[in-house]
Amino acid sequence: MQHLVALPILFPLLSALFLLLPPCGKSVKIRRVASVSFLIVSLGINLCLLIQILNDGVLSYAVGNWQAPFGIALYADLFAVSLTSLATFLTLCCVVFSCAGDDTSGSFYHPLVHFLLMGVCGAFLTGDLFNLFVFFEVLLIASYSLLVHAADKHNTRAALQYVILNLVGSAIFLIALGTMYGVIGSLNIQDVGIRISQLKRDDIYLAKIAGSLLLIVFALKGALLPLHMWLPNTYSNAMPVVAAQFAIMTKVGIYSIIRVYNSMFSPESGSLGSMGQETLWYAALATIIVGTIGVIASKDLRKLCSNLIVVSAGTLIALASMQNIQATAAAIYYLIHSTLICATLFLCIDLIATQRGKVADRITTGRPVKQGLLLGIAFFVTALAVVGMPPLAGFVGKVLILKATYQGEFTWFWPIYLLSSLLLLAGVTRAGAIVFWQNTSNDMAKVDVKQANRWQVLAVYTLVCVSPLMVIFAKPITDFCLQAAMQIHHAEALSQIIRGQ
Amino acid sequence: MELLYSVCVGVLVSCGVFLILRARSFPIVLGLTMLSYAVNLFLFSSGRLTINKAAILSSNEQYADPLPQALVLTAIVIGFAMTAFSIILAIRARADLGNDYVNQQTQVNNKIGAKK
Repeated sequence: MQHLVALPILFPLLSALFLLLPPCGKSVKIRRVASVSFLIVSLGINLCLLIQILNDGVLSYAVGNWQAPFGIALYADLFAVSLTSLATFLTLCCVVFSCAGDDTSGSFYHPLVHFLLMGVCGAFLTGDLFNLFVFFEVLLIASYSLLVHAADKHNTRAALQYVILNLVGSAIFLIALGTMYGVIGSLNIQDVGIRISQLKRDDIYLAKIAGSLLLIVFALKGALLPLHMWLPNTYSNAMPVVAAQFAIMTKVGIYSIIRVYNSMFSPESGSLGSMGQETLWYAALATIIVGTIGVIASKDLRKLCSNLIVVSAGTLIALASMQNIQATAAAIYYLIHSTLICATLFLCIDLIATQRGKVADRITTGRPVKQGLLLGIAFFVTALAVVGMPPLAGFVGKVLILKATYQGEFTWFWPIYLLSSLLLLAGVTRAGAIVFWQNTSNDMAKVDVKQANRWQVLAVYTLVCVSPLMVIFAKPITDFCLQAAMQIHHAEALSQIIRGQ
Repeated sequence: MELLYSVCVGVLVSCGVFLILRARSFPIVLGLTMLSYAVNLFLFSSGRLTINKAAILSSNEQYADPLPQALVLTAIVIGFAMTAFSIILAIRARADLGNDYVNQQTQVNNKIGAKK
């Protein structure tokens, strides 16, 4: 079973190719069944891998049996595999949701979703910087196509901006990789982490430039402050089911920051240790503030949800820049939670928008939502979870975050984070109250509104259930997060594994 | 040779950045292409610039670093696909929107200017 590590990447690739072939390409029904069952198998593979890592510790896999640092190594630790499982689960829910009809409004939805999943899983599992670039491109080109899926005129411009921005980002990524290889002579993340501490004089500055460029690229993907402008526009222009799936994409950037920052610029790695920590920290705080303002200023629900993603990105990067185990553990818990909750909110908003007729998802008085109770409960629960109110998982995440930032120099975090939560609560409550309660008339009987399909309800409520479940099993999950965080921070001991020694 | 090489990369990057900042889709596609050429050259130089060394491993004692060549090859293929995609998207945007401005603001300003 040593090839199990590669399967989370290979299986989506094969299933995407299979979905393009005649039996699936022709019949919608077969395609849907095949797509969903492939994702269930894929989720099973990820969970098997997760169990194996829990039993045996970190696994590494030399692709083509070329040993690292020259070959490409896949590196499966708890953090990476829990995120691939998360991505697969999220994709499964989105695909089930899309089976109500969203998948046929454009072509090739199912294969593209699987390609996107392949890119995301690859980016999580790879232990090589250049391979990370390749998987970034795989997930990006799938996301470009998904973004214009069933797009009308207004979405095309947003898509064009997103594509151009990411192409420039890729160019910067390559420059960073070139500089890094030129100075350090290796692109394996663990190997770079070791060699970077042995650099002398001028090489240190070159490595610093390379590292800064890398962090800039990841900040662009993860939507850190000056580089977050693309996110609200892109996400609110994508189809909601696609936007829900994109919730994992900013997390890829954040994952890369956590991974690269902790293994290459850990406090122990000599003169480059904790490089740019202050910049990341203040940029992250500013991201939280700007995201919160965005939430309050949003005129429609999709913009509101996109800005919530910006806030969560800010919180996560602030935690990543702290470089200690507690903060990373809190970040892992919060990352899993916020990804699923933001995705749920997008799916929920889609249902609300279709039932409100012309007003769609704008936050203003309009026709009442037809299935007000059903969608109202889903919206209520997710909104409370995303803000972090007590009975739900957001609160546990918040407590972990506040506990991690309690000591020392991170005092600025508390007032900003708590105030931002209050404002988020106000913003989300206002939106919910207006959408559900401020209605023009009660002529529901006259108009013929499309009811939520049972698949859509199933997908939304499966995702809604996650938040209460994460509270009920809070203890095992936090222990798991702590274990995963310890694996990230004690990567030096594990670097022998990856280098095949 | 190093000077010539770095000047080449620098000029390509600056032309690319200038064209991208024009905020119209055709110059941007050209700019991105230039930028990716510059990046490929830069990647290639990360294995050091050498003359009279074997390009592939053989009995020869001296050989050029093979890894940057592999990296450049991958980067070229990916860059090619991305350029193709951005051209198609730019054409579609031109058809959908009736102009080639990437930035919405520019378009509004221009319309006001045209009316005057």
